[in-house]
Amino acid sequence: MEHVVIIGNGISGVTLARHIRKLSDKKITIISAETDYFFSRTALMYVYMGHLKFEHTQPYENWFWEKNKINLKKGYVNTIDTDTKTLHFTKGDTITYDKLVIATGSKPNKFGWPGQDLKGVQGLYSKQNLDNLEVVAPNNQVCKRAVIVGGGLIGIELAEMLNSRNIPVTFLVRESSFWNGVLPEGESEMINRHIKNHHIDLRLSTNLKEIISDENGKVKSIIIEETGEELPCDFVGLTAGVSPNISFLEDSKIKTNKGVLVNRYLETNVKDVYAIGDCAEQKEAIGNRRPVEAVWYTGRMMGEVLAQTMCGNSMQYNPGHWFNSAKFLDIEYQTYGWVFGSKGRPDYETHFHWKHNDDTKCITIAYHKDTKEFLGINTFGIRMRHETFDNWLTEKRDVDYVINHLAEANFDPEFYKHFEKDIKLAYNNQLQTA
Amino acid sequence: MSNKLNYSMSLANSYGLSKSQKIASAIGILGLFIFLLAIFNIQFPDRGIVLTVALLLIAIGTVWFANNAYLNTTEGIKNDGVWFKSISSRGLIGWLTGLVLTGFYIVLYFFPELLGLTEKGEANTGLIALFDPLSRILSGNPASQWFVYGTLYTLAILAFGYKFILKYRHNRYEKIRTGSVMFFQLAFAFLIPEFMARLNSDSFSLPYYDLKNIWPLNYYNFEQYRVNSMISAGDIGTGLLIFGIVSIFVITPILTYKYGKRWYCSWVCGCGALAETAGDSFRQLSDKSQFAWKVERWVIHSVLVFVVLMTTAVVHSYLGVDSTKYWLTKGTFLILVASLLTIVFVGAFVFKRKELAKDAKYGAIGYFVIIIALFALYYFSSKSNLFLFKPETLRKTYGFLIGSIFSGVIGTGFYPIFGSRVWCRFGCPMAAILGFQQRLFSKFRITTNGGQCISCGNCSTYCEMGIDVRAYAQKGENIVRSSCVGCGICSAVCPRGVLKLENDNMDGRINPNEILLGNDVNLMDLINQK
Repeated sequence: MEHVVIIGNGISGVTLARHIRKLSDKKITIISAETDYFFSRTALMYVYMGHLKFEHTQPYENWFWEKNKINLKKGYVNTIDTDTKTLHFTKGDTITYDKLVIATGSKPNKFGWPGQDLKGVQGLYSKQNLDNLEVVAPNNQVCKRAVIVGGGLIGIELAEMLNSRNIPVTFLVRESSFWNGVLPEGESEMINRHIKNHHIDLRLSTNLKEIISDENGKVKSIIIEETGEELPCDFVGLTAGVSPNISFLEDSKIKTNKGVLVNRYLETNVKDVYAIGDCAEQKEAIGNRRPVEAVWYTGRMMGEVLAQTMCGNSMQYNPGHWFNSAKFLDIEYQTYGWVFGSKGRPDYETHFHWKHNDDTKCITIAYHKDTKEFLGINTFGIRMRHETFDNWLTEKRDVDYVINHLAEANFDPEFYKHFEKDIKLAYNNQLQTA
Repeated sequence: MSNKLNYSMSLANSYGLSKSQKIASAIGILGLFIFLLAIFNIQFPDRGIVLTVALLLIAIGTVWFANNAYLNTTEGIKNDGVWFKSISSRGLIGWLTGLVLTGFYIVLYFFPELLGLTEKGEANTGLIALFDPLSRILSGNPASQWFVYGTLYTLAILAFGYKFILKYRHNRYEKIRTGSVMFFQLAFAFLIPEFMARLNSDSFSLPYYDLKNIWPLNYYNFEQYRVNSMISAGDIGTGLLIFGIVSIFVITPILTYKYGKRWYCSWVCGCGALAETAGDSFRQLSDKSQFAWKVERWVIHSVLVFVVLMTTAVVHSYLGVDSTKYWLTKGTFLILVASLLTIVFVGAFVFKRKELAKDAKYGAIGYFVIIIALFALYYFSSKSNLFLFKPETLRKTYGFLIGSIFSGVIGTGFYPIFGSRVWCRFGCPMAAILGFQQRLFSKFRITTNGGQCISCGNCSTYCEMGIDVRAYAQKGENIVRSSCVGCGICSAVCPRGVLKLENDNMDGRINPNEILLGNDVNLMDLINQK
């Protein structure tokens, strides 16, 4: 029986294992050094905030794995010998495979800041990160102030977490506005205000210069590059993005760049070795997508596709229309298709932006300025139906159609106020004045 | 890492009560303390004023607490620290609260004399006497232990309903729904029956009737004394009797077909109302394991079978044999019941065969065979007892085991241990009937939003009915579970906007998507073709 070994028990690896099991009776082993069982990484924040217990983040009960004959092995893979198809663990034991899948995910970026390895300085990615956070920032007596460096999705989640325990947070963001590398101006500015409304000390256009240690090797303060200001703090969160977690592949024959290089079949340069999820890097980017996409949903899709390939139904990874979602404190965000911020926006892309007076809801619709083809939508504070936008993007609807049929896409709970009329009015006004 | 961290018994200490919240709690507890004094027969000079003060203190304390807890924060889901607080994470305070509540229920159901109930004709004492002035205003009669309970129950729903509305004030569905349960409790369950009692005289007598309380939840509705009192009360009483029957066979199925069982369970029902308001702090404690689900299905349907048998036996016991006096004789009644059960059973099997799980089929067949066998046994035997037991024994057993122990003592008393809907989930026969209708013949479902689920587990954790919502959401599968009461909290707590309660066509209601949106269309076709 063919033995499939998967390194990494995140969403990519586990989705793969589940779908292989649906399609075949191959022997499957999942290896992880992080946790015994699969958990939802994106839910770690809710454990710290006290919404969930850690066990609630595990989508399958513990008996699930044995029942479905998926072997779980706890261990850290040190090296891979692809000639003998053997994995060597740090503890000295080995395991052989017929097919190997690398699904080791990401690790937080560190940019060589002085003091970045001090006690009390960390990213937020793994279960261990969360456990550490509980030690260094359990409450506002132990942690009198926290500083977060980097203005992305993990950064704002960490800010929300610390805020929930009444720990004062200073949030250093390199950009001139929160996440404006991705979000258009109006949205990014609305989120700036929303962050400040939560009494989070948001500092835009601000860089970290260094992290200062106390006599015990623990963080004491940080220094801001621009002003030279020294900010006393007990915790520094580094959330300036993530990168593939593949350092253990250095001595192997598997080709890597930023991540493990794969073709559209998710195959690496070595036969019978595949890579999926955050750690995989497409040799050629697909559409507007980046070669490495550290996103929950793409990891899951890769797992689904690779299961087909490995079970004899060879299939390319061919993700459909881009979508993603997040939550900024109290504001939900969903995106379908492509809406670019000012950075990297194609010349043909133009935007219609509508914002509600209460400053917690807005949408931005991106369309082609000549053909009026609908390219994508960002929505804040209004839920939209994935399927509807997926269809509209496939059917290449124009922006007028989307504006006129927006109600069909609404996914808000019953009795919620609808804003389609306001949006349409604003759209028509904008056309008249433009 | 220490074990502590794994179980989120965090080192956090910033979740304690604020000063205002402590004062508010103290005010509320002071109100309760007055009741405690009354239980110990402390004589108050003016009971009307003392009662008003006590009720007001509780209301003010709760409202003040809620204001302080929620109005200082921005609108949105704020479940911060739920699992760190002793009361909401089965901590010491949680267990103590459970104990006190359970104790109260035991006294209420089995030792009402401890609350001051006296022999007929004598004046009440203790706590019940304290409520006499209010009872006299409403119904003109002195209070009973049930009046005391009803008042406190209503107060809890109103005060905690206010708290609930503040907590979910960003969510219009929750606000309107809570307004609805508060209204139905105050008007239908509390005031109207009292006013109806005021109409009673020596020649005219209506039962205490909460109009929205439908059989089989209201399992005593067709007992002899009630039916007699309704029939003897002339047109109004007969109207009520007919309304009671129509509620079961016409109103309920139509509304459930259109809106799912939520129209009742989380918009109207008093048990649901208490669970949704006072019980909201405990919703995360319900057991989501597959094992609990299996237990739930067997227990709740057994209760349903029990109540059907019990009611049949009781009604049967007081019907006549002579068809010339009255059209509904023992024989006709039994044939009617047996036919109805057969129609429902055969109908479900013929039209909804594919939607029934294997164990559901076995269970249904098993129960059906047992019931019909009992009927047959009756026809071919001495006819002394229907179903081998005396109807009175059945009725008493049901009233004790289900009516008192399950719905009261365990159902509410164990809120802080098993979550807020133990009774609705495991015991309520009404929920079983509505659930059957909802699962097989309703437009209601919870839809999921394409591929946007991140499997975080908030929906499952905060499902008071113990449904593993995430299991469906992460597959992109509509949720059509019979136990779902449509409270809408899964949708509210979802950080990615994945869940939506909907009433739509029966077509496409069940959509077992193997693969989510996101991959290209061919792959989806491929999988769905299989």
